Amino acid sequence: MTAHGGGEITPQEIARRIEQALPGARAEVSGADAHFSATIVSEAFAGKSRIEQHQMIYALFKEEMSAQSIHALALRTLTPEQSGKRGGRPS
Amino acid sequence: MADDKILADIKKAIADNAIVLFVKGTKDEPRCGFSARTIGVFKEIGKPFEVVDVLPDPRIRETLSSYSNWPTIPQVFIKGKFVGGCDIVAEMFQDGELKTLVEEAFKP
Repeated sequence: MTAHGGGEITPQEIARRIEQALPGARAEVSGADAHFSATIVSEAFAGKSRIEQHQMIYALFKEEMSAQSIHALALRTLTPEQSGKRGGRPS
Repeated sequence: MADDKILADIKKAIADNAIVLFVKGTKDEPRCGFSARTIGVFKEIGKPFEVVDVLPDPRIRETLSSYSNWPTIPQVFIKGKFVGGCDIVAEMFQDGELKTLVEEAFKP
């Protein structure tokens, strides 16, 4: 898939791709100009280390990241349980 | 420099240093905000750490990323183990986990 050649990826597109890849996930993505920040809540993160959780997301954007149309994708990954406890803010 | 030499150098840097950061730029002149932030965290913790600049040769970054399965720079290794990038390190610093990990790395 090389739908995005020139660095035109949008936060909406990133959120859509994450939610599509992880059924039931909720992704909030902000940013522009190849620098993005995402908070993702998904059951799929349960029982995984933070590194593994981030690797799951990075794997979806392998091409964009190596082509630098995504230069940075800051991640917060939470299970639904963690998200409820923390209310979406770092404790 | 041959590609296998690059991988050997990366592995050596990881094995030889209790803490090593692969960054863009140097300790005193980071060339990317994420690298700067990560270096800042380790400066604040105050234990010795080594920094490897990935910018001089694009193959350093490519080789490192396929070795660690992590696409972005910076990358932090403590005691030979991949710890994470900027976000994970910042989060671990905030909740005190990083300091514990660093202190353990320097226990005799």
